[in-house]
Amino acid sequence: MAQSLEGLDTFPKLLVHHARVRGDRPAVREKDLGIWQTWSWKDYADEARALACGLAAAGFVRGEHLAIVGDNRPRLYAAMAAAQCLGGIPVPLYQDAVAAEFAFPIHNAGIRFAVVEDQEQVDKLLEIRPRCPTLERIWYDDPRGMRHYAEPGLAPYDTLLAEGRAALARDPAFVETEIAKGSGEDAAAMFFTSGTTGNPKGVVLTHRALIDRARAGAALERLSDSDSVLAYLPPAWIGQNIFSYAQSLVAGYCICCPESAETVMADMREIGPTYYFAPPRVLEALLTQVSIRMEDAGRLKRAMYRYFMALAQRVGGAILDGRPVPLASRLLYALGDLLVYGPLRNVLGMSRVRVAYTAGEAIGPDLFRFYRSIGINLKQLYGSTETSVFVCVQPDGQVKPDTVGPPVEGVELKFTAERELLVRSPGLFREYYKNPQATLEAKDADGWFHTGDAGYLDADGHLKIIDRVKDVGRLADGTLFAPKYLENKLKFFPYIKEAVCFGHGRDRVCAFINIDMEAVGNWAERRGLAYSGYVDLASRPEVYDLVAGCVERVNADLAAEPELANSQIHRFLVLHKELDADDEELTRTRKVRRRFIAEKYAPLVEALYGGEASVHVEAKVRYEDGRTATIAADLKIRDVKTFAPAAAARAA
Amino acid sequence: MKTEAALATPGVLGAQAATQARRIGEPILVVENVSLAFGGVKALQDVSFDVREREIRAIIGPNGAGKSSMLNVLNGVYHPQAGTIRLRTGQTAWREFHDMDPHEAAALGIARTFQNIALFKGMTVLDNIMTGRNLKMRASFLEQALWIGRARREELEHRRAVEEIIDFLEIQHIRKTPVGRLPYGLQKRVELARALAAEPRILLLDEPMAGMNLEEKQDMCRFVLDVNDHYGTTIVLIEHDMGVVMDISDRVVVLDYGRKIADGTPDEVRRDRAVIDAYLGVPQ
Repeated sequence: MAQSLEGLDTFPKLLVHHARVRGDRPAVREKDLGIWQTWSWKDYADEARALACGLAAAGFVRGEHLAIVGDNRPRLYAAMAAAQCLGGIPVPLYQDAVAAEFAFPIHNAGIRFAVVEDQEQVDKLLEIRPRCPTLERIWYDDPRGMRHYAEPGLAPYDTLLAEGRAALARDPAFVETEIAKGSGEDAAAMFFTSGTTGNPKGVVLTHRALIDRARAGAALERLSDSDSVLAYLPPAWIGQNIFSYAQSLVAGYCICCPESAETVMADMREIGPTYYFAPPRVLEALLTQVSIRMEDAGRLKRAMYRYFMALAQRVGGAILDGRPVPLASRLLYALGDLLVYGPLRNVLGMSRVRVAYTAGEAIGPDLFRFYRSIGINLKQLYGSTETSVFVCVQPDGQVKPDTVGPPVEGVELKFTAERELLVRSPGLFREYYKNPQATLEAKDADGWFHTGDAGYLDADGHLKIIDRVKDVGRLADGTLFAPKYLENKLKFFPYIKEAVCFGHGRDRVCAFINIDMEAVGNWAERRGLAYSGYVDLASRPEVYDLVAGCVERVNADLAAEPELANSQIHRFLVLHKELDADDEELTRTRKVRRRFIAEKYAPLVEALYGGEASVHVEAKVRYEDGRTATIAADLKIRDVKTFAPAAAARAA
Repeated sequence: MKTEAALATPGVLGAQAATQARRIGEPILVVENVSLAFGGVKALQDVSFDVREREIRAIIGPNGAGKSSMLNVLNGVYHPQAGTIRLRTGQTAWREFHDMDPHEAAALGIARTFQNIALFKGMTVLDNIMTGRNLKMRASFLEQALWIGRARREELEHRRAVEEIIDFLEIQHIRKTPVGRLPYGLQKRVELARALAAEPRILLLDEPMAGMNLEEKQDMCRFVLDVNDHYGTTIVLIEHDMGVVMDISDRVVVLDYGRKIADGTPDEVRRDRAVIDAYLGVPQ
């Protein structure tokens, strides 16, 4: 198999290969009008070929960029392949970004053509068009609501496809020649990194880099054309692109596109993917849902759930890892599998999952163990856009919750004096587009990529990431302060959705907390606690008590770790609004932008350290349609009990 | 060079847009001197107005003004004691009637939703919408029972039509959910879906936004406008929310105590003295 893939050094060549050797196997599925519609590999390749001819007829040339904006849609994937057939470079953009965020990438790459999903995306592109004069043509997949648009250069995808089919019929050899011209060293795609400061950077990845890493990952997990994956995360994110485009083209497995964002859970149950990816927050949301539904269950079911989950916590992980477990526990676990774990996996749509990855940020150890204990082979993965994802993966049987596993084949790691992780691998990016200075800063002359993450290799050679190098700080007395580590500990509680810790250069650690509306709302309902909305709920003294309890437990935990005992959280406040990517408080991949938040809410931070009992705040919020409004509130600040390192053993 | 040419001539879509641009046509429904009384209560007195093809026509008025009665007359639930209703059935063909029954109205292409939702609570969203196709089913009882002949073909056809409406109104995620378990705003949307399933020429909406929160109202407005735009359906709606009415309707009829007191575009109606008096009271 590996032999026959030699020489297939670009994605279009792989696509043509699959169309030849497994032409009738499913390549892409999409639920449309309530039915799963399937494209075979042959259909997929035909669609891409025709589209490529259409693009060429419209004037798309080798080396040119094609913007792709939308959710996971088979036709958008075909558009990606079509651009690559012509030696072009697809640039997927986040579909939930506001219009202004599109301006930079389009301007930066001088993009002339865009293939988008629907009216929403067309509107956004038209809005920024005056600022992006290069943008000539926009094709849209879904014609709904588009009939009165008369802007020049706007046409439905079907028109492009029809023109392409006509061109293909006239000159069938054209596209094959174009595909043959492609080389592994060509740029395959460009991803704009969310960038916590300044403009985003366009990460240029070659076919060789993406294919090499996709193959390394596929070999490690023995992926084949009998696997399938549900494509439900933004295609502009490298992870989604690897799992639902690059690896699918390497291993020949089928990708399935859900009907809509709201139906993902139901669609996942119907499809039963074997290969699954979820960032920790999705796993967390699923667990929260399960917990809430279990609280609503009858007494017998609750007791059963509690009993078997406790058993799973003890032996589930060991059984999955193939470590020795007493026979009695094994038998009980088998019973639990029949009564609880199996049905639970089924509800989660994970009955058939063989390999599940989580990455993007650190995952709470208890959350991680939960999935593994019920028999889902969830593993951590480390990588970034610049490394084509696969740097470290936990191999089956060697899964430790606090590390991300050993380096994948082909990857070299080393550390600077500041503990910054450097990576060298065949999957590294070529450059930041039109930004040689940033490229030089990130990738040195010897080809080492500076990840910006701080970490170390443990005794087994597994990588452990603590935090971003620039975020690892020191308290005034010199003790280590790793904000993300604390935030992750807080966020493990279902009631806390987001946390932001401050402490660098200060005498103690304080925190902002975002409550989880669903979990806390449910908790309040159970107690007959009336509230009018998010702001009201967040300011309730009962909710403060609840959160204080969580913070206290984190402090107790920290007291047990000598290095971190001093970074216990002394004071906190509950924010009056959810941190939101639209307000630039989170990145599009939903990581908190600590510095931005510290600046934006500077008076709140000062109040935390100033010792006041409450603080008045007015905040500007931006709605999804771009309008802004102001919310005013009085936020209470609460002191929390901290533990002396010696007392910790008893308290914990 | 090629792209320049492409820019100069509108694409297929451009041409389509030019021919299908929403234009309000000739009257399709004419109400003339309709009066309706329940015993001594005069619900409607001598009301006349028309509804043009593809327009959104609102009927407003204070409580008890006769709005719902008017809608009930239009789809044959009430039979007026005087006056006529004429419905255009072809290019020039008109059908005049005094006492039409609701079944007949539905067959003529008039569908409606109700002020207090009238769905089958125990049935799924999908099944509820399917009932909207009822009039279009031709298969006999026996064929349906045995799932043979026309029944099978028809069911596939109807399911497709229903799925398109589900897609259109963005309710895929609740397709298999029993209606009784849905929040109010979604039930309203399902009711709209069922009315649409009949592929009506005229859609009567009785307070489609009543009891909704702001977000639900915005959604519903968008869907009403989309239905009107996409299917070219003529819409007659009753609504209390003035903002909604003024925003989405083309013309407004104002009723007060069963009489028509104003008729015109939202702007005209908003400035009308009689309307202001009816809503705010007359100064002593």
